[in-house]
Amino acid sequence: MDLGIIWESLPRLFHGTLITIEVTAISVMIGLCLAVPLALMRVSRNPILWVPVYCFIFYFRGTPLLVQIFLIYYGSGQFQSLLSQIGLWTFFREAYFCAILSLTLNTAGYTAEILRGGIQGVPFGEIEAARACGMSGGLLYRRIILPKAFRLAWPAYTNEVVFLLQATSLVSIITLMDITGVARVIAARSFAFYELFIAAALIYLLLVYGVLFVFRRIEFRISRHLLDLSAIAKKKTPALA
Amino acid sequence: MLDLRGYGWLLLEGTKLTISVGLFSMGIAMVLGLIGAWGKLSRAKITRGAADTYTTVIRGVPELVLILLVYYGMPTLIQDLSGAAGREIIIDLNPFVAGVVTIGFIYGAFSTEVFRGAYLAVPKGQIDAARAVGMSPALAFRRIILPQMWRFALPGLGNVWMVLIKATALISVIQLPELMRNADIAARATRLPFSCYFAASLIYLGITIASMVIQQRAEARASRGVRRE
Repeated sequence: MDLGIIWESLPRLFHGTLITIEVTAISVMIGLCLAVPLALMRVSRNPILWVPVYCFIFYFRGTPLLVQIFLIYYGSGQFQSLLSQIGLWTFFREAYFCAILSLTLNTAGYTAEILRGGIQGVPFGEIEAARACGMSGGLLYRRIILPKAFRLAWPAYTNEVVFLLQATSLVSIITLMDITGVARVIAARSFAFYELFIAAALIYLLLVYGVLFVFRRIEFRISRHLLDLSAIAKKKTPALA
Repeated sequence: MLDLRGYGWLLLEGTKLTISVGLFSMGIAMVLGLIGAWGKLSRAKITRGAADTYTTVIRGVPELVLILLVYYGMPTLIQDLSGAAGREIIIDLNPFVAGVVTIGFIYGAFSTEVFRGAYLAVPKGQIDAARAVGMSPALAFRRIILPQMWRFALPGLGNVWMVLIKATALISVIQLPELMRNADIAARATRLPFSCYFAASLIYLGITIASMVIQQRAEARASRGVRRE
């Protein structure tokens, strides 16, 4: 095992790590912003609203992410003249833009489905109570249903973010230099295949368990008022003693 | 729009390979899942530690990195190790074997959790009763626990299968001519990348829908002996 090559590659792997984090963060944030209206449309009773969202979610959850990335990055080439006419070709030419677009749409689909579960899991008594106080429509969603739905959906959403973080490794296939991309390029030049892929795997492990740690802390914080405080007090006592 | 200029058959050929890669990997994943669940539930610290490490590591590393590690890394690792031992062993991994083994190994970690949950869902009294009539632990597992575990394991295994079949698309990276790889070849040859990848995505969607139908039937069959209120 050639540890020297890992040591030499560390600065480039670090740069790749930044790209991975950047791509993940951007897609997660835009994806979440898209997922909220999509989930609201999905639970609507009006078929004009829920049928297209149902199809969107079904398509993005039912096909591999790699196909979605290729469809957007290579597939847009089929419509090059049309895209240049409306001035979008400069975006679709860029691997970075296509990577973000496909990851965002993919996570929006999964997140909308998770949020739908959360919204439908809100106890009816809470909605009834809010209605009795005179809330309806937007106010009811903003103050009662969505906060509760987020709290219910948080553990599943944590998993989705972890999956997306790992899924960003696919952007290396369309030439982006994320952790996997850097490892592949250095490995192909130096023939130090297992050294670099093991190093990449370790970085991903660190990132994944880092994200899990942060998201568990947030979960604790947003549902603190629901915890059984006496149980926590009991747990803490032996540690103090 | 979906005129594939005669390359449709290539996608169908790839579909066959995708399904067989999926089935072989699922077989490996289920065997590893049962072993992993046994390890997690065992009283021995070593097996429990090994099973925990297996699921923790596999679930924290992207599939693509593991596929690249196995396909490109394993042969060089074995070569280096055997070279250090004074002997030269050169292995050439076939992409099918490398893909099936890696995907099976990854989803074995996910089925470990499924089987562990299913084992815990079987009422403890069933095991006690089986032991009381004189069955050995192995016989009690085969005749009493395993048949009842299926009912609890099926929904989880169905989910693992749906994620697994989509993950097989990653094997195209190591040039196995499965659906994704053939769609790539067709896209280059016809210069109709959108049509080819879209057709491929519809085939994956078809596999997903078929799997959902089969899963529903299997679940209904597995719980036919359960009384409903």
